[in-house]
Amino acid sequence: MTENKSSARRTVTKAAQALASTTGAASEQRLPIRKTYKLYIGGAFPRSESGRSYVVHDAKGGFLANAALASRKDARDAVVAARKAFGGWSGRTAYNRGQVLYRVAEVMEGRRGQFAEEVQASEGVSRRGAYAAVDASVDRLVWYAGWADKIAQVVGGANAVAGPYFNFSSPEPTGVVAVVAPQESSLLGLVSVLAPVIVAGNTAVLVTSHQRPLPAIAFSEVLATSDVPGGVVNVLTGSAAEIGPWLASHMDVNAIDLSGVDDAGLATSLEEAAAGNLKRVVRPSADGAADWTADPTIDRITAFLETKTVWHPVGI
Amino acid sequence: MTLQTQQDSAGLADATSSNEALRRFLHGLPGVDQVGAEARAAQLATRSIKTTAKQFAIDLAIRMVDLTTLEGQDTPGKVRAICAKAMRPDPSDAGAPPVAAVCVYGDMAAVAKQALRDSGVHVACVATAFPSGRSALPVKLADTRNAVAAGADEIDMVIDRGAFLSGRYLQVFEEIVAVREACGDAHLKVIFETGELQTYDNVRRASWLAMMAGGHFIKTSTGKTQPAATLPVTLVMLEAVRDFRAMTGQMVGVKPAGGIKTTKDAIKYLVMVNEVAGAAWLDPDCFRFGASTLLNDLLMQRTKISTGYYAGPDYFTLD
Repeated sequence: MTENKSSARRTVTKAAQALASTTGAASEQRLPIRKTYKLYIGGAFPRSESGRSYVVHDAKGGFLANAALASRKDARDAVVAARKAFGGWSGRTAYNRGQVLYRVAEVMEGRRGQFAEEVQASEGVSRRGAYAAVDASVDRLVWYAGWADKIAQVVGGANAVAGPYFNFSSPEPTGVVAVVAPQESSLLGLVSVLAPVIVAGNTAVLVTSHQRPLPAIAFSEVLATSDVPGGVVNVLTGSAAEIGPWLASHMDVNAIDLSGVDDAGLATSLEEAAAGNLKRVVRPSADGAADWTADPTIDRITAFLETKTVWHPVGI
Repeated sequence: MTLQTQQDSAGLADATSSNEALRRFLHGLPGVDQVGAEARAAQLATRSIKTTAKQFAIDLAIRMVDLTTLEGQDTPGKVRAICAKAMRPDPSDAGAPPVAAVCVYGDMAAVAKQALRDSGVHVACVATAFPSGRSALPVKLADTRNAVAAGADEIDMVIDRGAFLSGRYLQVFEEIVAVREACGDAHLKVIFETGELQTYDNVRRASWLAMMAGGHFIKTSTGKTQPAATLPVTLVMLEAVRDFRAMTGQMVGVKPAGGIKTTKDAIKYLVMVNEVAGAAWLDPDCFRFGASTLLNDLLMQRTKISTGYYAGPDYFTLD
């Protein structure tokens, strides 16, 4: 009886060892998953309408992933989605928008490891540096989220007038904003240009860093799983030189942020195209190397605000 | 088609001699292959129309639009605004052609006529207890005569779906004949409300019924119920007008209405018209779009082609 039992146990152990060694061998030979990412438009993840994609390399030149190469028609669809989302997003209370941005920061915090890995691979920084960039990005989101229900008090208010009227100025979002994200700082730069656009109630069409789009793609996955309504942020991976002119000349885009346009000639031509319907334009920093780690100011929020002033009779 | 046995106008006259004969004729029409019709419509919708062909299609589609406002809250002011837009859809570009007609309720016909005058844009009026069609025949005829007297060039009538669905085909037939008579010189469009007809077979039967009764146009929907116009339904109707011409030599027009909102949709319909009915139908006299928001999208696409950059809705009228 005892013998039988022990022999049975032995057999089980052997089987377990065999199993372990098979899976061990399998994991050594496991095929790499060569990911092909898609765009983020209107809350969905479509392929590029053009069917194109391009290879994203890590900082050492190795294969990292494939990313969709957005075309002008993707940009067009993104603008339609952003316009559709604008009414709902700008109509929310400022407090609610702040809460939604906090939520984005929370979800991002939960994916800290993934972001750090992608920043490290994309930018070739140290592990410590990558984590610092991710933490700074989360903190920046929180910082901007706090401004959602405070910006109106700072840049708007009651004006003194010589008459029996109240006179109020209040900031209002300008509409659909096209954003060319910084090319070098793939996550901190991205968050630093995107958060101020949407916190005020604008909706955004974002062109990511061409060489380093992975953190932006992960960020779009964060947006999709937090409470940001579809279409508020639309993420296009691809070339600013290709899509930029279509966005700059688009009559249904109200502002354009050129922070990520490194080529001075391109920036000038985009600014000229943007004049067609008097878009608000944020120029890239003069020396071409913005320091995204520096403390932010509210300038990026106010760049995409319009001031509405109303007169109202006193009393009755 | 296996219509050989019934193929002559005399046969058609016999078919309408009694409800029984009409029923026999309509139910003798070959059944519609639902899967086939839907697949054919979907396949035609994949065709890519670019550059000069697209330009041609956009201008043609603009000329085919029946610019429609059928709201209880319509005012003379809104109708005049629509008329101004109908005559000159794009104020910034004189090259944009005018639309085919303005479609309004009967009480607005006089206002529309006065605004449009001899611009060539027609006044189309819905009549006969639109949109349900549930009223006594004398009331429907009076409705029609009023609209014509007020200046309507085209009458959009609705069929009595209750009578049609319960098999009283002769009643529907005689109503269309009577309304056609009340129209005088005005053209008659017969609305089926295909969303309520349940099957493609019924759409085919209604098409033949309306064509035999003398309708100048057959129209899918009122735009007041869902689903409105769809590609397969329009395909069935286009087949019917094609076969009717083969048999009698008469051209009957088709008008899909409701739910056609984008240039892309409109071009899909035009491809289908060309492929199913034939190029002869690519004309505002034979094909129309019942639409309101479609026009702005056509104009935006037109502007995109002429300027080279994407247009925005801020620069076109709200309606």
